[in-house]
Amino acid sequence: MIEEQTIIGVMPEMLVAEARKLCEQGYRLVQICATRLGEELQMDYSFDLNRKFVNFRFLLPKTGGRVPSITGVYFCAFTYENEISDLFGVQVEGNALDFKGNFYTTAMKHPFIQDAVPASVPAPAKPGVQ
Amino acid sequence: MGHRTIIPFGPQHPVLPEPIHIDLVVEDEKVVEAVPSIGFIHRGLERLVEKKDFVEFVYIAERICGICSFIHGQTYCQGVEEIMKIEVPTRAKYLRTIWGELSRIHSHLLWAGLMADGFGFESLFMHSWRVREQVLDIIEATTGGRVIFGSCKVGGARRDISPEQMTWMLKQLEVVEKEMRLIVDVFMNDDSVKHRLCGVGVISKADAISLGAVGPTLRGSGVADDMRLLKYAAFGELDFAPISRTDGDSYSRCAVRCDELFQSLDIIRQAAAKMPTGEIAVKVTGNPSGEFFSRVEQPRGEVVYYIKGNGTKNLTRFRARTPTFANVPALVKMLAGCELADVPVLVLTIDPCISCTER
Amino acid sequence: MAFFQMKKMILAWTFRKPVTTSYPFEPRKICPGSRGRLDVKISDCIFCTLCDKRCPTQALDVDKANKKWRIDRLRCISCGYCVEVCPKKCLTLTGDHGIPTVTKEMETF
Ligand code: SF4
Ligand code: SF4
Repeated sequence: MIEEQTIIGVMPEMLVAEARKLCEQGYRLVQICATRLGEELQMDYSFDLNRKFVNFRFLLPKTGGRVPSITGVYFCAFTYENEISDLFGVQVEGNALDFKGNFYTTAMKHPFIQDAVPASVPAPAKPGVQ
Repeated sequence: MGHRTIIPFGPQHPVLPEPIHIDLVVEDEKVVEAVPSIGFIHRGLERLVEKKDFVEFVYIAERICGICSFIHGQTYCQGVEEIMKIEVPTRAKYLRTIWGELSRIHSHLLWAGLMADGFGFESLFMHSWRVREQVLDIIEATTGGRVIFGSCKVGGARRDISPEQMTWMLKQLEVVEKEMRLIVDVFMNDDSVKHRLCGVGVISKADAISLGAVGPTLRGSGVADDMRLLKYAAFGELDFAPISRTDGDSYSRCAVRCDELFQSLDIIRQAAAKMPTGEIAVKVTGNPSGEFFSRVEQPRGEVVYYIKGNGTKNLTRFRARTPTFANVPALVKMLAGCELADVPVLVLTIDPCISCTER
Repeated sequence: MAFFQMKKMILAWTFRKPVTTSYPFEPRKICPGSRGRLDVKISDCIFCTLCDKRCPTQALDVDKANKKWRIDRLRCISCGYCVEVCPKKCLTLTGDHGIPTVTKEMETF
């Protein structure tokens, strides 16, 4: 076992308040990520203080999910929040530095919630078949 | 109030080997605001887990970055091993430590060269890279690859270092150390270098924490936080204390990296002395089911992998948060208020690695 | 006053031989054990297609029926995974890194 990791379920409405509590204790924002689980998105907000790892987690619907922005507490969250809104289509409300979907240049919208690669993107051919 | 102009910096710029774009709002010669944009080379690598099985994926993880390649592979393997509860042989742990530190040395020397080039010290750049070449030779002899080591696998290591090779390596490192001392002396003591670095781009301790900075950027601001303290690989058995500086300026970040060069050498020597004999890999059976946030210290800072498996041979989710991604907000903060001429130096002090930022 | 701290080093290197070589006239010294070009000892191969299945970049194409073993050199990343899985141990990675090419072609054995 490398480290203990605490995973806490948090309601999206309480997210900003909970993040503020950690911020006041001196926690550092480690990362924000989304994971697609079938028809749902699992959101993870990770924080760290002197290598004590705390992770907030909640679920959102696959499309049309909304989360409040925590850039008011941790300004650095803007990169992660733009990332999840570009790749997963999660709407982040109140992002302090919102790129409005132009953070990543992707061929299609929200590529990380699509089921499979659409036919318009050629699959890598088997050798010799090119 | 002066006249405001927006100057685009990048994606093509002499100091940038990789594309990042920053819009600099300048007032006379002062930068007032900086707005970064990345995403020129987003590869969508994270979704490749759905195509490749978890054993093969280590080759892809290694290729996220061309500089900290080994540590990417190591982070991935440690994450999967943690999920699958695999106990890696001690010798493999030591091997990973040695290779990890070798890659730290070569990465920091690469950065030293780029930095010297950034502030216009061409000969220092050449000499840093000449020394780095010797480190690359050691890496090639022990792993078979110069930048992509390919020597880490789920369950252990793919290659062993023989006793003769180990002796040769330690002898080579003596030579490298002497050369590094000369180079570090220039970085730390030369007036013209100090003139460019001291007091430029100050990040206070509180800012570094709230901006989520990692690695030398964080340690340069007086926070002695280093993921190696998690005691992964062999770090639990080695004597090691993180290096930090308190000034928070470019010079401190530079000093942290310079000191880490010798610290890494010391770690390699300790590991070589304590290295046990025995197996280097265990057989892996079954598929990962579970999740883990794997955190490892790379030359540029902490890397976080989120790995989630559902009991099939393909993982459900693989997410990589690379150190440069976490350092971008700190960079934005540094740039606000600096002189236009300092922008290249400041961009380089976070040791940007854009390709790994955009998996 | 640490003015031009590098002068000693630069002076010393003025009189030394350059560390760079005149490649390609003088070939690069290759460390033993370097992972380079993939070589196959085709007489030992049993066309089991294991290497084809495992190769992470799909550089290999093994035809069991016609006993053909083909490789796309430009796809191979010299990772050595095929070498590990081959049951007959007929694959090796040589130190030589191959020659440049201008066309994408499959090499057939
Ligand atoms: S794994 Fe070995 S024996 Fe099997 S097809 Fe490939 S080269 Fe031939
Ligand atoms: S060395 Fe790796 S990439 Fe090359 S053919 Fe073998 S498995 Fe494929």
